Amino acid sequence: MDTYDAYQAITDVAEDQRWAFGAGFDDPLSGVDTTIPDGVVGADLGAYCEMLGDDALLVSHRLQQWVAHAPELEEEAALANIALDLLGQARFLLARAGTVDGSGRTEDDYAFQRGAAQFRHVRLVELVDSDFGVAMARLLVFSTWRLAVLDRLRASRDPVLAAIADKGVKEVTYHREYAAQWVIRLGDGTELSHRRVQAGLDQIAPFVGELFTDSDVETRLAAVGVGVRPSETRAEFDAVLDTVLSAATLRCPAWSAPGGATRTAGDRDTLRRLLVELQSVARAHPGATW
Amino acid sequence: MTEASTAARVRAIAETVPDPELPQLTVADLGILRDVTVTGRHAVVTITPTYTGCPALQEIRSELRRRLEGAGFDDVEVRTSLRPAWTSDWITEEGRQKLGAAGIVPPRTAPLRSTGPVPLTLVGSTPTVRCPRCTSPDTTQQSVFGATSCRALYRCTSCGEPFEYLKEI
Repeated sequence: MDTYDAYQAITDVAEDQRWAFGAGFDDPLSGVDTTIPDGVVGADLGAYCEMLGDDALLVSHRLQQWVAHAPELEEEAALANIALDLLGQARFLLARAGTVDGSGRTEDDYAFQRGAAQFRHVRLVELVDSDFGVAMARLLVFSTWRLAVLDRLRASRDPVLAAIADKGVKEVTYHREYAAQWVIRLGDGTELSHRRVQAGLDQIAPFVGELFTDSDVETRLAAVGVGVRPSETRAEFDAVLDTVLSAATLRCPAWSAPGGATRTAGDRDTLRRLLVELQSVARAHPGATW
Repeated sequence: MTEASTAARVRAIAETVPDPELPQLTVADLGILRDVTVTGRHAVVTITPTYTGCPALQEIRSELRRRLEGAGFDDVEVRTSLRPAWTSDWITEEGRQKLGAAGIVPPRTAPLRSTGPVPLTLVGSTPTVRCPRCTSPDTTQQSVFGATSCRALYRCTSCGEPFEYLKEI
């Protein structure tokens, strides 16, 4: 076929050309060297990939929930694209987890078959963001933090993590820019928009300390040159937030202090409801293909 | 047939595969096709995703296999390379012309990364993008994300038409 036939591409059921649950496209790392570097404990590396993957997966899902609810069509396209970038990062990271933790699980097993208690994300990513002010506040905080972590991860001794980070930095740079532009527009906008984005920042403030709390896994992997201790990114995060919030005429909230338990998933109502939606099709039709 | 000439044939076929999101351009135009090697009957084609979540990658993988098998190469392996990460600088001159012809402004050179934190770019500091229809420099960015992650939405304030810009990355 000389010209690309879009209809045929959509309807052709041969082989593995779909991409979604049950589609057979379940190996995003196809053809990538997935050897574990020397001196690295596979279970730690797997847990770390799950952490980074779960953060991306759940923020992606919250952003997807904005599709058909955003203020303008352009914003829906933007939020969906940011969600897609993060979903791509989650897919590579969860697939990587399955190649190193000895379980042999696929990305779908992690995304759709784990219960609430098995997720390893920070709580910030699961919060409900039904107000656009909250959504933009969370996206600014999340992307600023993740960009700083990924940027350091580019030097990881794990070649797969380093490669995922290399691409991720380019993507999250645009996510942060998008969120910063909106926070400034809303903060420096009307009395109403200012109040709502300030309320968004205040609402997420109690969950920011966790972002800079080093878990045991992160500390151990940082010691062998594979992971990043998130506490190292604090100064960079503060500088970016200061720039954006000043331009937005917003007050920097009192972020919660780092320390204590981190990445403790659990049977919380917000998380349970999110996972019910995320996993409903996969759980209703186990092993289905289409 | 020598391995070198087989590799050249495989490459020639692989270069015809279009990008599903930008069907005016091939994988060669976009710089997605990274390498072709042949050992005996075994052909290895290496591609790289533009963006991590790009759903086009799997379509490209299948289409590569389909076209090569159709041409009689039945031992084809398609590898994904993640590093070095794709950059819009790899879009060829021909690719840039095809983008322009489709009304999509081709990307500027991607910024060189200096040491230290990734710099924050705020409103007002984005460089001028000329309207592809009337060439006016009076354009405004509507959204940094368009129909796909790799494109931004602009509007020309002179002729009033919206257009897309392929972002430098």
